[in-house]
Amino acid sequence: MNMRRTVGLGCGLVGAIGWIGAADAAEQITFVSQGGAYQQAQTVAILDPSAKKLGITINQDSIPDAWPAIKTQVGSGKPIWDVVDTPTGYCLRGGEQGLIEKLDFSKIPNAAAMPEAYRSPYSVSYEFYSSVLAYSQKTFPKDGPNSWADFWDVKKFPGRRALRNHPIATLEAALMADGVAPDKLYPLDVDRAFKKLEEIKPNITVWWTSGAQSAQLLNDGEVDMEMAWNGRVSAVAKEGAKVTFTYNQGILQSTSLCILKGAPNLETAVKFINEAVDPVHQANLPLNIDYGPGNPKAFETSVIKPERAAQLPSEPANAAKQALMSYAWWSSPSGEAAEKRWAAFMQK
Amino acid sequence: MLALVSPALLVILALIVLPVGWLAWQSIYHDGFTLENYRRVFTEDIYWRSFALTFEISLAVTVIALLLGYPVAYLANSVPKGWSILILSLVVLPFWTSVLVRAYAWLALLQRTGVINQFLRYLDVISEPLALVHNTLGTVVATVHILLPFMVLPLYATMQKIPGDLMQAGASLGASPSLTFFRVFLPLSLPGVLAGCTMVFVLCLGFYITPELLGGGRTVMVSMLVSRNVELYNQFGAASAVAVVLLASVLVIFFIVSRFISLDRVLGQK
Repeated sequence: MNMRRTVGLGCGLVGAIGWIGAADAAEQITFVSQGGAYQQAQTVAILDPSAKKLGITINQDSIPDAWPAIKTQVGSGKPIWDVVDTPTGYCLRGGEQGLIEKLDFSKIPNAAAMPEAYRSPYSVSYEFYSSVLAYSQKTFPKDGPNSWADFWDVKKFPGRRALRNHPIATLEAALMADGVAPDKLYPLDVDRAFKKLEEIKPNITVWWTSGAQSAQLLNDGEVDMEMAWNGRVSAVAKEGAKVTFTYNQGILQSTSLCILKGAPNLETAVKFINEAVDPVHQANLPLNIDYGPGNPKAFETSVIKPERAAQLPSEPANAAKQALMSYAWWSSPSGEAAEKRWAAFMQK
Repeated sequence: MLALVSPALLVILALIVLPVGWLAWQSIYHDGFTLENYRRVFTEDIYWRSFALTFEISLAVTVIALLLGYPVAYLANSVPKGWSILILSLVVLPFWTSVLVRAYAWLALLQRTGVINQFLRYLDVISEPLALVHNTLGTVVATVHILLPFMVLPLYATMQKIPGDLMQAGASLGASPSLTFFRVFLPLSLPGVLAGCTMVFVLCLGFYITPELLGGGRTVMVSMLVSRNVELYNQFGAASAVAVVLLASVLVIFFIVSRFISLDRVLGQK
């Protein structure tokens, strides 16, 4: 009995090794994103078409927060992932800590036309979302809050408020509320931002920690206005909640593609990245989900209808109203110090 | 004998000793030996605040759970068998529902547009919704609900073993029911009280999901510090140090309790 089980296990192992060997013959990569509706949308719009065009196999994995896993995998010396789609800041920080490969842009011609700010030596913007000011149209049927100064103005706009329990984008909003122009934010004046946040703190009912929570707060009428991600607000609005948001003074954020240091399929990974930022694939993404393409060239492909484009955070006119987040600043020592200061601020 | 228990010892070694050892190791070793993580835990304000808040909440939850749980256990103990099974099932039933589901259920009950506030407004008791959730209050309410079975079951087990004759003897000697309760029953049930309180208090120290969902971001308990340290700051060392201090506090509590009653009793063995 015991013997038979051992033999069976052995056969299974041999089979598995044979299978891995066979798959190895064709080019393949392991791609990691954040799962859920978002990863489904990009599978349809970008991953499947790219795999077909390049004749490669794209194995998918998903994790809500890739950063600890990137650190552990590369630290172990044998990463199993190749390409990750993760907030741009992690690509930069990872690059500085030797966890992310430097990209050879001569092999990524599709990124050539992208604005300088959308790229880094380690990463290419993949999609855009925005931290916007959202509010209930029940509380504010007309003339709702339209800027962070309005959000801070509890006399003119009475109501309950929520902010994200995280310094990224929140400090930017505080500075804009204090009168800093969206294109003059960086380097962030951290002291000034926290001082401004102290002002609004007593009026914040909830400091949310997940996107789902932010959507639910607005949907249930638990808060009247909050900072939230545009896609979450539009999803709630589509389901019939009387909520809306403004791109005015939104904070434009992106996830980027980057490659783990020592990735098993480096060559194929670079080929894939080039294909993934192809304008047509990129233009297909917003047809499936409320995120904007990482490559602005996508707006010139005529795949995205003008009405649809107007709803997207990275559409040029919308982008112009917003502040573009500097991930370079956030991954710098001052950025990291600001992140640590957040915990103390929350518990004071 | 050793051969018989060795599989069990191996499992314990692999599942408990090694991970906990690894955890402790990470808290003191990062590119060399360091006590930096512990220095931070013991000197930085935010850690103190979290530990203090966690102990306060745990204490409040324990006291409330005892006040609610004791009468329930007493009732279950004094009614006929069929009824006591019904009462205990009602206590244990929520136990089989996910903690996450229960946290959201409390959210639906307690929030501004929730059932309780709607009802109170309908009755005209209040004009503005009460802030029942997204604060410490909401956290305590939901945590008490989740931990109540851990209070009721040890209490019931202890009460079951108190001989009924003692009460009759008290009555036959002329004591009123309340006097027999306070002089005979209550003292005899104290080991159960201690056992239940220890269970609830210790479990509460490590609560995570409930304060995360119902605390509104301000109720930062120790377990949340652990997760923040890993997720936000990627500092496994700091997270491990917090976890080790929490583990040590639990062991200290168990040690103190063991001076008063047998630990088997707390863990429900006897």
